[in-house]
Amino acid sequence: MKIAIASNGNTLESTLDLSFGRCAYFIIYDSESKAMEFIPNPNRDLEEGAGPASVNIIASRNTNKIISSEFGVKIKPLLDSLKIQMIVLKEPTKTIQQIINMLNH
Amino acid sequence: MSPRIKVLRKVLSPPIIKGFKPYGLQAGQQHPEVVNLLYEEYEALRLSDYDKLNHHQASIMMGVSRPTFTRIYGSALQKVAKAMVEGRQISIEGGKVYFDSDWYQCSNCHCYFNNPQKDIVVENCPLCGHDQINQFDFANESEDDHPTNCEDFCVCPGCGFEKKHRFGDPCNQQTCPECNHLMIRKKSTDPKKQKN
Ligand SMILES: [Zn+2]
Ligand SMILES: [Zn+2]
Ligand SMILES: [Zn+2]
Repeated sequence: MKIAIASNGNTLESTLDLSFGRCAYFIIYDSESKAMEFIPNPNRDLEEGAGPASVNIIASRNTNKIISSEFGVKIKPLLDSLKIQMIVLKEPTKTIQQIINMLNH
Repeated sequence: MSPRIKVLRKVLSPPIIKGFKPYGLQAGQQHPEVVNLLYEEYEALRLSDYDKLNHHQASIMMGVSRPTFTRIYGSALQKVAKAMVEGRQISIEGGKVYFDSDWYQCSNCHCYFNNPQKDIVVENCPLCGHDQINQFDFANESEDDHPTNCEDFCVCPGCGFEKKHRFGDPCNQQTCPECNHLMIRKKSTDPKKQKN
């Protein structure tokens, strides 16, 4: 199972980014192999369409879930149609390490 | 935008019927061609004339722009009128739609999540694994569950904006004043309401 986390940095001490489409990094976590991939978000500075472009990146990695503190209004239809689950966590202080620990419950 | 991702319109749930048949036609008058009402056209009629949403609210519900909504709605009316006047059958099928997935909240870590795999029953929080999860029941927010001194809040899953829930106003017909997202119910932490 691959899970994407919208992160504001590329370390385990980074925290959840406030935006999915414009987050600094996507962290792709593989819950079986425990492998992690840090992908710099090329859509950070897009004026429009950052959300859908970011969904594309996530979908190309065969991700099943996305964790973010916010998803733009147009994202849910796309993710629903791709059967990618949205997890909205309103805790901007949570670090990537803490989130991964939660996933490893 | 990549061509891989198609723009889809959100439909809350599929219609309960596959179509309509006219009756009272004289023999041989049956029009051979049926009128095909697309799912999004059915949904536009439902939101606008059954649920009585205005076009702005309805367009947000379907995840389309307001001009697109107006075009879909216009096409729906035209097809229904055509079927009635010409005595044609209506079949409701097809279209670029997906059926909206439901929202849940975990009582342990307080995350919100949806369930796009509709055929799988949600039992545990996808984040922390806890089994105390509550579903936001959009469709049947029945009035019996709502004491007049309702302690609930509507919350925006997009930006977290909260406001006091108003009795009798379904959350999913409220749009967030901050970001225009549709609101959902924030369940009160009353332990009686939680699943065991
Ligand atoms: Zn949880
Ligand atoms: Zn909002
Ligand atoms: Zn409400």
